[in-house]
Amino acid sequence: MSTVTPMTTAESDTGAAVRPGSQLGELELRGISRAYGAHTALHPLDLTIRGGEFVALLGPSGCGKTTALNSLAGLLPLTAGEIVLDGRRIDTLPPEKRGFGMVFQNYALFPHLTVRANVAFGLKMRGVGKAETVRRVDAVLALVHLTEQAHKHPGQLSGGQQQRVAIARAIVMEPPLVLMDEPLSNLDAALRLEMRSEIRRIHQEFGLTTLYVTHDQEEALSLADRLVVLHEGRVSQIGTPADLYENPANTHVAAFMGYRNLLPLTVTGADARGATASGRGLTVRGAGSGAGKLTPGQSVMVAVRPEDLRIAETDEQALGEAVAEVVEYHGRVLHVEAVTREGDRLHLTSSGQVRPGDVLSVAVDTERALFFPQAAVPDPASQEVPA
Amino acid sequence: MTVALPPTAHRPALRHRLAERGVDRTLLLVLPGALAVVALFCYPFLYGLQLSFQPTSGATQGGFSFGAYHAFFSEPFARKSIWQTFSLAVPASLINVGVSVPISYRMRRDFRGKRLLLALLVVPITLGTVLTAEGILEFYGPAGWFNHTLNLLGLASSPVQLTMNYTGVLLSLIISGFPFAYLLTHSYLSGIHPSLEKAASTLGADWWQRFRHITFPLLLPGLMTTFCLSFVMAFAVFPSAMMVGDPDGKTHVISIEAYEAALEHFDYAQGCADAMIMTVLMLVVIVAVTTLRSRLYSGSTGGKG
Repeated sequence: MSTVTPMTTAESDTGAAVRPGSQLGELELRGISRAYGAHTALHPLDLTIRGGEFVALLGPSGCGKTTALNSLAGLLPLTAGEIVLDGRRIDTLPPEKRGFGMVFQNYALFPHLTVRANVAFGLKMRGVGKAETVRRVDAVLALVHLTEQAHKHPGQLSGGQQQRVAIARAIVMEPPLVLMDEPLSNLDAALRLEMRSEIRRIHQEFGLTTLYVTHDQEEALSLADRLVVLHEGRVSQIGTPADLYENPANTHVAAFMGYRNLLPLTVTGADARGATASGRGLTVRGAGSGAGKLTPGQSVMVAVRPEDLRIAETDEQALGEAVAEVVEYHGRVLHVEAVTREGDRLHLTSSGQVRPGDVLSVAVDTERALFFPQAAVPDPASQEVPA
Repeated sequence: MTVALPPTAHRPALRHRLAERGVDRTLLLVLPGALAVVALFCYPFLYGLQLSFQPTSGATQGGFSFGAYHAFFSEPFARKSIWQTFSLAVPASLINVGVSVPISYRMRRDFRGKRLLLALLVVPITLGTVLTAEGILEFYGPAGWFNHTLNLLGLASSPVQLTMNYTGVLLSLIISGFPFAYLLTHSYLSGIHPSLEKAASTLGADWWQRFRHITFPLLLPGLMTTFCLSFVMAFAVFPSAMMVGDPDGKTHVISIEAYEAALEHFDYAQGCADAMIMTVLMLVVIVAVTTLRSRLYSGSTGGKG
């Protein structure tokens, strides 16, 4: 792929310019919210970002994450709440006075300026001296491996290179906070993976504090130190990737974190070590989600990841039976979509041979099945996992 | 099997080759328009060009002479009409383009009454030049409302002369030319992705810096095109120069010179020569502006570059 830039620049060159240690002590969002007329796009959000942290705002489209980002950048006025940067209130400042770096989804590179002029733009606006500008721009271009492309216009660059210009332009200002709005969504799959590690590398080498918006949970999990999951403008959960992955707070987060099997069942028995739920021809023994005690008769949503759901061993208690319908080859394992007699779809993995039409006995380890107590009305939104 | 095919197999290949070069049956759609252009523009133009070279004396005979051109340039009053046309067309076009920039800049955002304002700005397009000129005569004339108001407010003791002179024609050119300039500028401006200005603002640029360094350079090629169109319209000024101007003095523009030669003195060769001089002058300006324009950045103005 032509987008891969060889690492021609000497690492010692960049090393001199790298500024370890963040420019930011602490950024506090106190109940920030945004409404468009009667529609509240973002319900009051409280979040404290510490210097050097990489925080991801995660959620499906329309969950309010871009609204939150734009409000923080000053591109959108807040309806309520305040933003405090190291003890200084900044929510009343216009974007040009906040000094945050922002990477836009469409990169928003200035098409009439060269790569160098694009990156130098912010410094020029701040009245930074010529020699200092050249030095800083060179250092940042080396950091994003774009020294060779400095004289080109954005139109002559590939998607990945444009993306790196956008990042370089945002970080050359040494901003206390870098805001990234789905920066990888316009790239193809291979480049997305490459740029993902690139972003994490730049974050670490430059000592940035980053707030990153995405709808891709894999991206968020791999990049962020802390994740904020939004659902319909409200925070569903805030935690480390491991927290969210292992202990999602509710079915929305679970669905987002790859729990593709969400089964509405009823609790039949509960004790100190766990609970049993059944219904729809299935019986699952699992752990609670930690959200309070379960009592028999209660409706629960049982969440299981495809990679934890497997074909039962001969001497094992199966949770039910299903007929394999779609079998996908994924290297060492097969992903199987199977349908129970009641019509529920189960997603499971198998390392052995499975052919469509096979009747499978399915099992899950007790600690791998999460129970979420449900309100009386099941939420249809949690049925499908956003891509 | 293939032995029987060659004659039939060859024909589609030719059609394919033609299609590669853009020649196919849809090209026939161009024909009516092309015919109309030839009949209504090319032929009259070439006929006029030929006519302009006819000797002034004995117009019915053939022959070739620069007499009419020589006559134009040796007559100071005629020569001066070039300067007078330019001194109307250039300021009018500059004002039209210049005023439409801030207005369309502001009109990108929504505000109360935007549609009403838009209608007011664009309505003059629907009025003919003659109607506009009449209106100007009535409104800005010595006994018109404008002077009446000035008088009532005590701002002027004697009527301000705004018609039958240069000012009247300039006003008329602005009123009828502005809507075109505005509509063009507006569409060029909306082609610039709003995220560019947002990006500039996160990089510390205030509104003037954003305009100066981002929006204006991206808009400039469009403004130049707008200027060209505005200029061509203003350069051919005729009805208003006659009606609200001073056709025998300050607003004796080339089109009037040509009109008088052809239809008052019945010297068609002179009239055609005047029209040709006018065409060449317009072309010179347009070529100059487009040459300048081609040196500017004129690629995409979207966010992705």
